[in-house]
Order: sequence, then C-alpha cells, then structure tokens
Amino acid sequence: MFDLSGKCALVTGASGGIGAEIARALHARGAVVGLSGTREAPLRELADELGERAHVLPCDLSDAEAVEALPKAAIEAMGALDILVNNAGITRDTLFMRLKDEDWQAVIDVNLTAAMRLCRGAVRGMIKARWGRIINITSVVGTTGNPGQANYCAAKAGLVGLSKSLAQEVAARGITVNCIAPGFIATAMTDKLTDDQKAGILGAVPMGAMGTPVDIAAAVVYLASSEAGYVTGATLHVNGGMAMV
Amino acid sequence: MSDIADRVKKIVVEHLGVEEDKVTENASFIDDLGADSLDTVELVMAFEEEFGIEIPDDAAETIQTFGDAVKFIQNAA
Repeated sequence: MFDLSGKCALVTGASGGIGAEIARALHARGAVVGLSGTREAPLRELADELGERAHVLPCDLSDAEAVEALPKAAIEAMGALDILVNNAGITRDTLFMRLKDEDWQAVIDVNLTAAMRLCRGAVRGMIKARWGRIINITSVVGTTGNPGQANYCAAKAGLVGLSKSLAQEVAARGITVNCIAPGFIATAMTDKLTDDQKAGILGAVPMGAMGTPVDIAAAVVYLASSEAGYVTGATLHVNGGMAMV
Repeated sequence: MSDIADRVKKIVVEHLGVEEDKVTENASFIDDLGADSLDTVELVMAFEEEFGIEIPDDAAETIQTFGDAVKFIQNAA
C-alpha cells in the first residue's frame, strides 16, 4: 500500500517544518522528490539527509517568472512531475482595520496565485500521462476564519475553490486534486508561542495536543498514492478535532 | 489528401477513439466526434507536438472542426 516508487514529486516550502516532513515521507515511500523553497541552505541539508532521489529547486514564489519556470525545472531535474504538493505559505497577520494592500497582495500572491501557476504548469504533463496528484496544503482557518488573518484565510479558502474546480476538469484524466487542512501543528512558528497561548489553543483541540508535521505528511502520502485514486476535490482536515467540518 | 491532413486525422482518431471515416472536413470535434472541452485542449497540445508549432490560446479557440485544424496547421507549418 501507498508505494510511490517511480513517482516524481515537487514539494514547495520544503525548507519549513511541515514541507520537509512531507518530502521525507514521500521519499521514504520511494518517490523522487524536488525540494523547493526560498532558502537554499536548508534545502541542501535536507537533500543531503535524503541522499539519492532528491533534487534542490530553489524558487521565490513571489516572483511570477520564477514560479512559471519551476515546473519545467522540476521535470528537467526529475524526468517527470507526477505529484505536486503546494505547501509553501506566508503570513502577514494584522487586524482587518489595519490591513494594507501590500499585506493582502503578498499573501494572495504566494499562497494562492503561485499555487495556481504551479498547478497550471504541472497539469499539462499529468494530462498526457493520464496520472497525477495535486495536493494543496490549506488550513483549518480557511474554513473557520481567524481574527487577524483575513488575507491568509481568503487565500486558503481560495485554494479550496481552485482545487474543486480543477478537480472536476481533470478527474477523467486520472488526476486528483485535493486539499489538506492542518490545524495547530508544532513547528518553529508555534515554538514561539508562550505557554499561556499554547494552553489557550489546546483548550480548543479535543485531542488536547498539537499535531506534528508527521501527521500532515502521512495525509499527503495517502492522497498521493494510487490507492487514493477515487478521492478528489476533497479537503482532509488534520486538526485533532478542533473543527469538525 | 495531404500529408498534414493524414497526420492530423491520425491524432484525432487515436485521441478521441472515433472511426476514421467520421473525421470529415466539417466534423466538429465537440458536436460530431464526442470530444469534451478538455479533449480539444489536448488535441491542440498534440498538434503542437506533432508539427513543432505553437498554437496560441485565441487561435486554438477557432479550431472547432477537423478542417479548421488542417487549415491552421498548413498555414503555420
């Protein structure tokens, strides 16, 4: 089950905690992985850790031209692009009343527009191959909303709409498009929270614990697998029960 | 029939799984040959590859029939 041997997967945001774990999990199942991110050093480190079948593909997702070039670079490096994981994301949190156009635009550009461009670049080859997996990492807040994150929530909810539309267009070609919506996941970002903040968050999680990047990576492996071929247009919520939608 | 028309026909027959004699000059990919809109995009991609040409999106939209495709490619190649 869940064997990904011979499949080539591109993971954006692979320098981050969740992205790196996604890449590790796909690689462990036999996939060739393309590690993309803005910072090259952590990508190199991860590639060294993984050894064979790992390619470093740096890309600044706020640069439209660089984004357009990434799927091609991935296909050149790996030979194909069977699995696309749009994991990269940024935040520019601020109360809506103070939300500046540039905070809105930066988050939409990276979290939504770049993902759209990568889907567009990847889907052509997938259609030809009659097989493909697109997995967009969204967030629980794309469904529930969150104060201070109107831009981020809008981008994540937008990604869900994009995924469902694309899923319908390419379903008959053996391509699935799904979302994974993490809840609170322990990463470098959440390490910065105070104990009080963490206690407040965990009060809202029935499981009483934060998730880990491994929880997200396991969901990615499932949706990337041939076994998940009948699942499309879905959002898999991985959030310890904090929002049951 | 020209060589280009033969090659276009072969692509259409293979891709849409239709009988060769159904692929006539005025046969519409969607109305007569059972293509859906994504099929037409795929056909254009296949033509681009076979003939080493670029078919821009606005031109692709005008290619509705087998005859349209042959004419466009004859002019482009």
